[in-house]
Parts: sequence; C-alpha cells; structure tokens
Amino acid sequence: MMQLDAEKQMRRRKRKNTIFHILFLSSTLFGIVALALLLIQILVDGLGWLNWDFLTNNASRKAEKSGIKAAIFGTLWMMSITAPLSFIIGVSTAIYLEEYAKNNWFNRFIQTNIANLAGVPSIVYGLLGLTIFVRVFGFGKSVLAGSLTMTLLILPIIIVASQEAIKAIPGSQRNASFALGANRWQTILRVVLPSALPGILTGSILSFSRAVGETAPLIVVGAVAYITTLPNSVFDKFTVMPIQIYTWANLPQEEFHNVASAGIIVLLLMLLTMNAVAIFLRNKYQKKN
Amino acid sequence: MLANRQQFDADLQKLRQVLIEMGDLVKKAILDSVNSLKDSNVELAKKVIDADKEINVFEERVDDIGSRLIATQQPVATDLRRILIAFKMAGDLERMADLAVDIAKVTVRNGNQPFIKPLVDIPRMAEVVQQMTKDSITAYIEENVDLSYKMAKMDDEVDELHSEILRELFVMMAKEPKNVNQVLNLCFVSRYLERMADHATNIGESVVYLVKGTRPDLN
Amino acid sequence: MSIVQIKDLDLYYGDFHALRNVSMNINEKSITAFIGPSGCGKSTLLRTLNRMNDMIDSVKISGAVSINDTNIYNPTVNVELLRKEIGMVFQQPNPFPKSIFENVAYGPKIHGIRNKKQLDEIVETSLRGAALWDEVKDDLKKSAYGLSGGQQQRLCIARALAINPKILLMDEPTSALDPISTLKIEELIQELKGDYTIIIVTHNMQQAARVSDQTAFFLNGEVIEFSDTSKLFSNPNEKKTEDYITGRFG
Repeated sequence: MMQLDAEKQMRRRKRKNTIFHILFLSSTLFGIVALALLLIQILVDGLGWLNWDFLTNNASRKAEKSGIKAAIFGTLWMMSITAPLSFIIGVSTAIYLEEYAKNNWFNRFIQTNIANLAGVPSIVYGLLGLTIFVRVFGFGKSVLAGSLTMTLLILPIIIVASQEAIKAIPGSQRNASFALGANRWQTILRVVLPSALPGILTGSILSFSRAVGETAPLIVVGAVAYITTLPNSVFDKFTVMPIQIYTWANLPQEEFHNVASAGIIVLLLMLLTMNAVAIFLRNKYQKKN
Repeated sequence: MLANRQQFDADLQKLRQVLIEMGDLVKKAILDSVNSLKDSNVELAKKVIDADKEINVFEERVDDIGSRLIATQQPVATDLRRILIAFKMAGDLERMADLAVDIAKVTVRNGNQPFIKPLVDIPRMAEVVQQMTKDSITAYIEENVDLSYKMAKMDDEVDELHSEILRELFVMMAKEPKNVNQVLNLCFVSRYLERMADHATNIGESVVYLVKGTRPDLN
Repeated sequence: MSIVQIKDLDLYYGDFHALRNVSMNINEKSITAFIGPSGCGKSTLLRTLNRMNDMIDSVKISGAVSINDTNIYNPTVNVELLRKEIGMVFQQPNPFPKSIFENVAYGPKIHGIRNKKQLDEIVETSLRGAALWDEVKDDLKKSAYGLSGGQQQRLCIARALAINPKILLMDEPTSALDPISTLKIEELIQELKGDYTIIIVTHNMQQAARVSDQTAFFLNGEVIEFSDTSKLFSNPNEKKTEDYITGRFG
C-alpha cells in the first residue's frame, strides 16, 4: 500500500514539474515569437526602401524621395549634448552619494527621490522641459531644450546604475587604500572608479539608447515633424529619428508606412550597435580583472 | 559557564581515574610488601611481584591517553599541566611499585630465616611511608596544596629513621659478621622505603605545580 | 622600549561601550597578539591605532594613544601621514584588481613617488621582504588575482611594507588561509619582527602562542590580562584568561 502511494505521489510530482516546465517555456516563446513577427514585418516592409538615398535625403512630401538625414543628424546633435552632460552629472552624483554623503535625512531624501524619478513617466519630463527650458529659459523649440529634457530623463537611471557599480566595489579595497594613507579622492580615482567603470559605462550606454529611442517628451518639447534643414547650432529647430518615424507612420499614404519601416530598421541598427558596445566594454573589463 | 570541550573534559577525567586506580594498587603493593617481610610471608611477596605487571600497564595507559590529548587537543595552562603531571605521577607511582617489588624480593630471598632482631624501626618507617603515599594520592585527588606540604614534611622523619636504622644495622654487622647477608638486605629495605618517600614527595610537588603553576622544592 | 602607549582609552560605537579603560604599552620590534572572543574589542583596538575607526560616523573616543610620543588623536595630526607609518593587513586578502607591480607601488605612488627606477626598487625590496619575490618576479605585470590566497596575503603584506611603516597591524591575517599558507605567513611574521613592530589580532590561540612575544586577552572591551605569551599560555594570572585559553568558554 505504502509503496503504491509513494509511486502515485511521485508521478503527481513529475506531472506538475512537466506542466510548469511547458508553461514557462511558452511564456518565453510568446515574447520571442511576437518580437520575431514584428521584426519580420518591418524588414519585409522596409528593406526595399532602405538605400543610400534614404540616408542622405531630407524629408519630402513624396514617399520615394523621403529620407532620414535630418532626423539622424537631429539625434546626433541631441546626443552630443545629452550623453556627456548626463554622464558627468550622473556619475558625479553617484560618487557623491556613495562615497562622500553621510547617512543623514537629507541624503536619504535625495536617494529616495532619485529612485522615484527613475520611475516617472517620460511624458512628465516632456512637460517639465516645456515649462522650464522652452518657456522659462526661453530656449524655444530647440536642440538645447530637447537635449536638456532628455538629460533629465536619463539622469536618474545613470545615477542608479553608477551607484550600483560603485557599491559593488568591496569595502575591503577602499580600506586597503585608506590604510596605505590614501585620501578619499585618491581612493575614488585609483581604486573605486577603475573597477566601477565597466558597470558605469554599461548603465550609461543603455540609458543613452533609451534617450535615442524616446519620442513622447520630445513631441511635447516641440521637436518638429517636418524639417528639411539640418540644425546649425543648439538653438535651431530639429527632429529626431523616432519622431520622424512616428510622423511617417501617421500619414495616410501606404508608401509612407514602408518608409517608416525603413526608418525603424535604421533606428534599431543604431540601438543594437550601442548595446553591442556596452556588452563589449563590460566583457573587456571583466576579463582584465 | 558554557559546557565547552565536554569530550576533552571527559578524557581528562578518565586520565585522573586511571591515576587514582593506579595509586590504589601501589598503596596495596607497598602494604603487602612490608607485611610479607614482617611475617616472612613468601606467598604474599610473590603476589606483590606478580601485581607489578598490572601496574606497569597502568603507566602505559596514562602515557597513551596523555599523549593523545596533547596531540589532538592542544592543551594549554592548567589543562597542559594536568597532563604533564599525569606523566610524572605515573612514573613516580610505577617506581614506588618497583620498590615494593624489591622489598618483596627480599622477603623471598630471606625465606623462613628468623630475623636477627625483631623488626621495629622498619615497620615504623613503613607506616610513615604508607601514610605519605596515601596523603600524596589524596592531595592529588583533592588538588590539596596544604596536604602536599604537610605530607612532604614527613619525609624528614623518614630520612631520620633511615639513618637510625642504618646506624643500628652497621653496629650489628660489625658485631656478627656471619649475619651480613640479612643485615645488608634490611639496609636495602630501609633504602627502598626512603626512596618511596621521595617519590611521594615528588607527587606532592606535582600537585603544587598543577594548582599554582610554579615548581616548589619539597625535598 | 615601548613605541605605542595606550592610556585610559574608552571607545563607543553610538551607545555601545566597545573599549573600556584600556591601557597598555607595546614594545618596539616585538610581536604583540590580541586574543579574545568575537566582539571583545581586539579588532577595534587595532583599528584605533591607525585611526581606521574614523571611517565610522558614530565612534567616540576618549583617552590617549601615543605612537612615538605623539598623541595620534591630537587634532593637528595628519591621518594620511599617520597611516604611512602604520601598515595594515586585513583578514581577507584584498589586493587591488591591478597588476602585482601596481599593487605594491600603490602606496608609494599615493605618497608622491613617481620615479620609475625608485618604484622598481621599492617593489622588489617589498616583495623580497614579504618572501614573495622569487615566486612572482617574472609575473609582475600579471593581475594579482591570479595568485593563490596565501600569495595574495603576502602581496598585501608587501604592499603594506612598501610605504616603509614602523608598525604593522594584522587583523586575523591567516583566518582565510590553508594551514601551509598560514605557517608561511607565521614564519614571515617572525622574520619581519627584526624591522617592524607587529600587532596581530587572531582567533587562533595556537597562532598567538606560536608567533607572539606578548599577548593581551580581551573580554567585553576590557584587557583582562596582558603579559608575556609564554606566561599567559602556561600559567595565566586571571581565571577568565584560563577559561578562555583552555576553551572552557567563548
């Protein structure tokens, strides 16, 4: 009897295990399959439109003459401000919070709010940018206003990622440095940052790619949808790739939807390149240690 | 206090038990050897000689337990001294048993020959030595420093009796040289008893060293 | 001759009284061991000697610690220069994720030595001092993480020697090492005694007994007994010491 019960129980346990195995596998497949279908759809629609002209033409009323040049340059202009600014401010903040800040209510307050800011919807940053940079500072609907807004958006992510990277450096290494007579800045510069750099870079590049892909806040700040000139200064009008794609996708003509797909392919290639760089950096530094 | 090192404590207890049992056997060997001499009881003397083997086994057991504890438990301070004096004490007890055997052998050699004079001083000396042996073992059991000192004092008495006995025996030897054999044997017995007292004193020293950590000179 | 004088030292972590009225003199070029159960204050005292406790916000200290006749808690004392005089080796080997050379050269560089030839010399002398030179002389450019645990700890000792300290503090330096590596470090400690004053915190009482000249036994933040190691381990004055070293509590 006992023997039989035990066998039954064992069968039941095995069955349960199989059921969950299948359940989790199908969840995984669901995401991958959906993503693959989407990519295939885009590639089918867009590849035919993707050529050198597409990259070098500005926007046009005619689908076959439309190009993404202005948007690519707009994105590059924006990132040339957003990337260094958010990196410097973000990493500095992280260093302050992790290495210098004492554990008092003020610093705890800052810490909590940074964590919260990372979760604020991007449209809220757009409204903030519109109020402060476009109107109060009077930058207008310019590259600068857009870049600063994007900086605000990704700053909390860079701070949190950098903090995590700095936290991961064992206290024992800081102690070793202090015990040898190094002061705090020497310790940060020679021990903490070199070890934390891969983590900081990875986090930063991933948040840069988020900035490249964001649409909503820039629509609010006023990136223009149709533009035929490249920006010459930070105070010029601009557009960026996601907005250009968004605009094309909203046009009634069927051809423009295919143009949008071609734009998406370019955007995806750019994002994948950035992520690849992030992974490369991480692996390179990990191996070194 | 936490009950740490229970196994170690149990082993130390065992070591102590072995020494106490060995002490009992040695006390008996001394008593029997002296009685065998007094009563010319060759049977009893032979028993004493046989019993020595058993006592030697006890000494080996002390060596085994003690060296195992040193190797495995890294004893320090009192624990270490407890084991060190166990070695020493087992040596002393074993020597005392050997001396009892020596006395028993005198009994055997003398056989049924009557003594040239009634034995008076030697039994008196033997009594003191037995008291010392008893006290030294009690001092160990109770870790009693005062008793050790008191016991060691009796050694003076033993030494005095020893020289007195020797003087008397020398006179006899001079008077009747034909008894030289028996007289010499009695000289030896006195000497053996005197050595026993020294070993008892050593045990007293060990007890003081165990308790205080310093080495006194009780001799 | 004593090089460290501690007088009436009290230390609090917040409300916790971690060191109680500690006074002791530590002899120059000798090895002093601190023993005692966890949380007894031995590591805390070690860390007051190079002011590593400064790192903790809630620490309050009263009393005096003098090294070479200077009270190191005097406000005019420069902590970085103080730590240059006092090397420290930690419980876990903690080399930097740098090359062997850079690990040893770290301290001298911090203190302003740039000359390559001079650095080469310091690195070699320090590695020889830590009995590691022969094992690593061809691999100076390789990562310190490629060394074994025992080698890493000797590298940390070399790193501490490179700043040319007078005193070496060792906080359970062998607790993470295997027995053979432990014996090597212990031998090294004996060799270093000729040039340095060594203070070692250890949980391993046999280690304290083997390597040190003097031993201090700590309990609940107090120094219960401080005497010659041979005396303390063969015939301690205090019952509490006896109970601890014979393993009857703690």
